[in-house]
Amino acid sequence: MSGPVVFNRVRRSFYLDSVALMRLARELAGQAGVDEAALMIGSASNKQVLADAGLLADEGRSAGADDLVIALRAAGEETGRNALAYAEGLLERPQTGADEAGTWRPKTLASAAEALGDANLALISVPGEFAADEARKALKAGLHVMLFSDNVSLDDERALKAEARQRRRLLMGPDCGTAVIGGVPLGFANALPRGDVGIVSASGTGLQEVSCLIARGGCGISHAIGVGGRDLSDSVGGIMTLEAIGTLDSDPATRRIVLISKPPDAGVADAVFARVSQSRKPFTVCFLGLETVAAPPNVRFAPTLRAAAADVVGENLTPAPPDFDAAAPSDRGWIRGLFTGGSLCAEAQVVLKAAGVPVVSNAPIPGVAASPAEGAPGHVLLDLGASEYTVGRPHPMIDPAQRNKALASAMGEREIAVVLLDVVIGYGAHEDPAGEIAATLAAPADGPPTVVASVCGTADDPQGYDHQVQILEDAGVIVARSNAEAAEIALRLATG
Amino acid sequence: MLADRIEKANREAVERIFAGDPVLLDVRPAADVIAGLEDRVVLHAGPPIAWEAMCGPLRGAIAGAAVLEGWAKDLAEAERLAGSGALAFHPNHHFDAVGPMTGITTRTMPVMVFENRAFGNRAYITVNEGLGKVMRFGGNDEEVLARLRWIASDLGPAMGQAIRSLGGIPLKPIVAKGLAMGDEMHQRNVACTGLTVRAIAPALARTMGEAGKLATILEFVSGNDQFFLNIAMGMAKALMDPVRGIEGCSIVTAMSRNGTDFGVRVSATGDEWFTAPVEMPQGLYFPGFDEVDANPDIGDSTIVETVGLGGFAMAAAPAVAGFVGAGGAAEAIAHTRAMYEITAARNPAWTLPALEFAGTPTGIDIRKVVETGVAPTINTGIAHREAGVGQVGAGIVRAPLACFVGALESFAATVGAT
Repeated sequence: MSGPVVFNRVRRSFYLDSVALMRLARELAGQAGVDEAALMIGSASNKQVLADAGLLADEGRSAGADDLVIALRAAGEETGRNALAYAEGLLERPQTGADEAGTWRPKTLASAAEALGDANLALISVPGEFAADEARKALKAGLHVMLFSDNVSLDDERALKAEARQRRRLLMGPDCGTAVIGGVPLGFANALPRGDVGIVSASGTGLQEVSCLIARGGCGISHAIGVGGRDLSDSVGGIMTLEAIGTLDSDPATRRIVLISKPPDAGVADAVFARVSQSRKPFTVCFLGLETVAAPPNVRFAPTLRAAAADVVGENLTPAPPDFDAAAPSDRGWIRGLFTGGSLCAEAQVVLKAAGVPVVSNAPIPGVAASPAEGAPGHVLLDLGASEYTVGRPHPMIDPAQRNKALASAMGEREIAVVLLDVVIGYGAHEDPAGEIAATLAAPADGPPTVVASVCGTADDPQGYDHQVQILEDAGVIVARSNAEAAEIALRLATG
Repeated sequence: MLADRIEKANREAVERIFAGDPVLLDVRPAADVIAGLEDRVVLHAGPPIAWEAMCGPLRGAIAGAAVLEGWAKDLAEAERLAGSGALAFHPNHHFDAVGPMTGITTRTMPVMVFENRAFGNRAYITVNEGLGKVMRFGGNDEEVLARLRWIASDLGPAMGQAIRSLGGIPLKPIVAKGLAMGDEMHQRNVACTGLTVRAIAPALARTMGEAGKLATILEFVSGNDQFFLNIAMGMAKALMDPVRGIEGCSIVTAMSRNGTDFGVRVSATGDEWFTAPVEMPQGLYFPGFDEVDANPDIGDSTIVETVGLGGFAMAAAPAVAGFVGAGGAAEAIAHTRAMYEITAARNPAWTLPALEFAGTPTGIDIRKVVETGVAPTINTGIAHREAGVGQVGAGIVRAPLACFVGALESFAATVGAT
């Protein structure tokens, strides 16, 4: 066997772009036993390049400017001939197109808006320090804004909302996790039928619970507009709540309006009711934590999220309340609520507080004591989505690990009679939160407490309402039809 | 408001680019037309650089030019001369000129003269030497110098005479056609070279007496697919210079590399260069060469990206995207789309069929570059790192972001932003 051999092959009257040829040459040179390879059109300058590289043989020298030279240096005769055949195969190989959509993503709001052409809403989820700038750009471009980001200053919020009002655009947020506009769920939201009920909400899971109960009660949603948790405070003055009410009031597809918030500051409530009183549409208002409030005649007040939904659809939720034995004496003890939704935790406090039992929470409603942490004695309802649990971690609606841990721990505490849970499904939420709970409950425990839960979601959600309920029931969980009902069942189990 | 002031200034900038009317006017010896190009002055690509900091191909080209000009009798003497401080080195950009790769311009070299008829400014660039071993890639042997002498004695005067007889050749229509024919004017100039030959050949035939010489010239120009590159560069320089010095304007007026540093100039900050070390191109190599042979990025040719061609017009020349990545047409389109993110406007005169005839991305806004972190895409040739070897490949390179960050800081101070 002698040393390396140079092989040339010429394809007459053949043209391919030089970059394509260089790519093929690189592939050919990667073949075992091939030292060097080139595919070049046989122009004089190219043949010089081949000669300088020691790749030009007699056959290649005969090529003209309309011919292709395949040139290579290989370890031996057979390797070389095989490599030439391989190169011919490369030239015959059909090309497959790449998917353009997979290669380009807009980097800026401006180019995204331009690429879409008729977009009218921007969902902004960037770190808080950049969020206000992006929101300003979007408003300036004529877009409505859902500002998912948190950590936006009050000054920025006020300024952005004032600008939005002036431009007649919605500025939903900051820290707005949920909205459903024109049937399109944004952020954490559920698959809802279209209908004639409009919702304005300063609360994400409050909006989800009410809209899902309305959907499961057979009605639909026109738009559900989030306004951000601080909108009804004195410092923001309800700017966006008033704008959203105005939007829904003038929307012919909306026939009644539900307003959801934690208790507003007094002056702001007056302004909101002043606007509501100008409307001819009926309003249902739930200021979660307030039992009643003086309101105009077209307003009915609902103390809980369930009551707000029932005011729209009546009490016809799921067919029947769950079966459970409220008389079991071993159940007497404390309730430990482990919530992923802040407003669901607040609603459970409303239920317990109304029953006159003492309750503490890390996110207390008016009249409820603040508890420092889990593990304290008494009825404890914890919002695991509060900032003390989520710094540096994903929200428990996305990643259930924190709640799994708290649940496993609660299941081993002898003083706890009932563990109360929410299970929030829909877009943005974990793909199988019920499964996570079931897996956690599968661990053997000594005389475990009873677990009561409700599923906030609809049949059309990706996780499937019925499927999630089934998983929970199979795991021995009592599944109520609403969060408020779950709290009531927990109360009866724990206190008899 | 500051943002409005900048927007207004940037609109003015792109309107000047769009209003430009660049014409190839003449070919003349450099010393006759470039003011201040004295004896023993060497113009080079990129921002200013001292001999000690120059890369191999740039030194090699300077040595070759010193022999060509008769300043030294051989390359060894030329190197000593260059290192002794006896030669003055200046950027082409400081003399209304540009040059590809090493970009060497000296007194006796013929330069093409461009006039932007809308603004009256002129720009200059040498005639493209062809492919293979050439001075722009650091080639400097007798073959290289002999070709340059022929360009000075035959090609330059003949081209000048023919172009003058035509009253100049308007360039925007040629580029518009070339974009539709698969050129992006940096890596791909086949169509525009052909269109230029078509424009000039009858005039050459009429103005030249000798059929043999005519044939040699037509052979030389037709046999060089990159002949139009220098024309595109001179045209781009003529288009961009009227944008210099607009108060409050954050548009890039020049990008350029000397093989060591990448330099950027911005309208509002005038003639200041913002520099950062050049990057290595990613690409494909000629047989016998690979990455270890490659010189870092070099040349004034990034003026074509500055005006919205080259890497910015990649969608026109899908094959070029194949230097990196999978090489699909979709990738080429994605390159151009990314450049829309960092530019102020789309050129209505230069459209891209593959993008539904959208205009080329025009007016690089340093604010957008820094905001998005998207650096300009540049299509480029790759020189051997040693003097005298020549081109070893071609590929794609990014402008270093640090230039734009530095430029933005200085721009902010210039416009009084805090």
